[in-house]
Amino acid sequence: MTGEIASDVILSVRDLRTWFQTRRLTAKAVDGVTFDLRRGATLAVVGESGSGKSVTSLSIMGLLSRPGRIAGGKILFRDRQEYIHDLAGFTQKEFRKIRGREIAMIFQEPMTSLNPLFTVGDQIGEMIALHEPVDRHAARKRALALLKQVEIPDAVSRLDDYPHQMSGGMRQRVMIAMALACNPLLLIADEPTTALDVTIQAQILDLLRRLQAELGMSILFITHNLGVVAEIAHDVVVMYGGRVVEQAPVNDLFSHQRHPYTRGLLACTPNAARDIDDDGERRALYSIPGSVPPITDLPLGCAFEPRCDLAIAPCRAAPPALVPAGPHGASRCIRSAEL
Amino acid sequence: MAAISVPPQAEPNVLSRLMTRPTAAVGVAVLVVIVLAAILAPAIAPYAPTKLSIASRLHPPSLDHLFGTDDLGRDVFTRMLYAARTSLSVGFAVVIFSSIIGIVLGLTSGFFKKLDAPVSRLIDAMMAFPDILLAIALVAALGATAINVVIALGIVYAPRLARVVRASTLVIRELPYVEAARALGVPTPVILVRHVLRNVTSPLLVQGTFIFANAILAEAGLSFLGVGISPDIPTWGTMIATGRQYMDQAGWIMMFPGAAIVLTVLSLQLVGDGLRDLLDPRLAKDI
Repeated sequence: MTGEIASDVILSVRDLRTWFQTRRLTAKAVDGVTFDLRRGATLAVVGESGSGKSVTSLSIMGLLSRPGRIAGGKILFRDRQEYIHDLAGFTQKEFRKIRGREIAMIFQEPMTSLNPLFTVGDQIGEMIALHEPVDRHAARKRALALLKQVEIPDAVSRLDDYPHQMSGGMRQRVMIAMALACNPLLLIADEPTTALDVTIQAQILDLLRRLQAELGMSILFITHNLGVVAEIAHDVVVMYGGRVVEQAPVNDLFSHQRHPYTRGLLACTPNAARDIDDDGERRALYSIPGSVPPITDLPLGCAFEPRCDLAIAPCRAAPPALVPAGPHGASRCIRSAEL
Repeated sequence: MAAISVPPQAEPNVLSRLMTRPTAAVGVAVLVVIVLAAILAPAIAPYAPTKLSIASRLHPPSLDHLFGTDDLGRDVFTRMLYAARTSLSVGFAVVIFSSIIGIVLGLTSGFFKKLDAPVSRLIDAMMAFPDILLAIALVAALGATAINVVIALGIVYAPRLARVVRASTLVIRELPYVEAARALGVPTPVILVRHVLRNVTSPLLVQGTFIFANAILAEAGLSFLGVGISPDIPTWGTMIATGRQYMDQAGWIMMFPGAAIVLTVLSLQLVGDGLRDLLDPRLAKDI
């Protein structure tokens, strides 16, 4: 036992710091991120490019590439035997036992996440054969069942298709099938719908929700799309500049944002009804002024302060702490009570 | 839905697509003839390769001796057929041997960042030696036998393949499907063989044909210089070496093996060019 976590929590990230260190500078891509993922629930991690959301997921999977390393904190994961591991201290060899079996991951690029040289049946079969001793025939049968489970039409003939014969949505389904091959407890989905068009996005989200209900797996969902968050998440973590700026259950977050960044993000979402003014003219879409500061050069105080319309002098002095805000949430803003 | 079924996959294989290119088709045809001649040498050859006949030494080409006879009265045509067996098998063995070394070096340097610098410098150091000079030195150190010639030439050509494999590995290593495979728990050796090596096959195949051609030429060169295969075993190189002394009286002794080398190397280059254009459309230079 490497730490105590609540019994319904499957993944607990505590004060995770992932730094990319070179001789000249240190990029603190993830700097003190803390969140809990409940068993069977979906936690969405939201943020702009460069907010550290993908690095967080790669840290959990042990897929950081040099010079990235975990500089501090814990990643507590509860496995099938209820044994709690600290993934932050795992070696690659230890990770290999966890990957696929306990934690699986799907990626943003369904077009290139499959090897173009093998049929999809072959690639799903490879996953099955890697983790359990089965012969070719059994692996193929199981691959077929998985394709049916991810709702690929005409699965029997699709089994022998090459990735290039499939659309983006279908390839993402195949990726999901590969990830499900070993019945993982936790699925990390790193922007799985970003490269797909909207109708396909909705189908994939439906599929993930259905699979979660059937298999009881937990999902860590990385995205920058708040519409997707509203669709799929139970809890939300908003990241900015490598830190969690707000966390809350999904309904609380959408009804009342307790951090100016979250509020700004929501205001940036196009909304047909809201974006027409009284004269029936289309209003310009709101955007947060400025851009994300480079993580090698974060402001001394609050990372969002230069772009924040609520900024006051104390915001510049010291980085604010993550304080409880709202019934079940937390916010990293000293003026969160005023929001 | 039945009406719009997927059309049958009529993907022609590489060889048949290669044959649609005139130059490559000529190359393939010539190679097939040469390889068949080598394989069927005992059946085609009119004499035994070692049959001496002092009475008929240095006869010019005739109906009895299609390509004439050499200084010991041996039939040049017969010896050329047998020489083809040695030359081609040496060339092929060099391709296999250098591929093994090249793949191992290229995959390790391309895939494992820590090993890249040391292995790459080793490859650079090997490439800095002139080909034939290094081969001569190696054969001199190992001894002049066919196997040692293969080993020496294999070492000489391995760095080129290693370069090709490394370059492709560097690209493939960063592709999402390699990361996806790792995220789903595929062990590194499986990733290397199944996902990386399989995607390197086409550049490897192209380089392989060029190395085949170079190896045949280099083996002939080594044998000609007397540091290759021993002169009593017929290869195209040793035949030219012995024929050299009779160049002014009996040019055919070295002319025909020389032509065989030119023909083989040329066809291999044509096939290599064709394969390269076919397998990497971006490099195609049909204007």
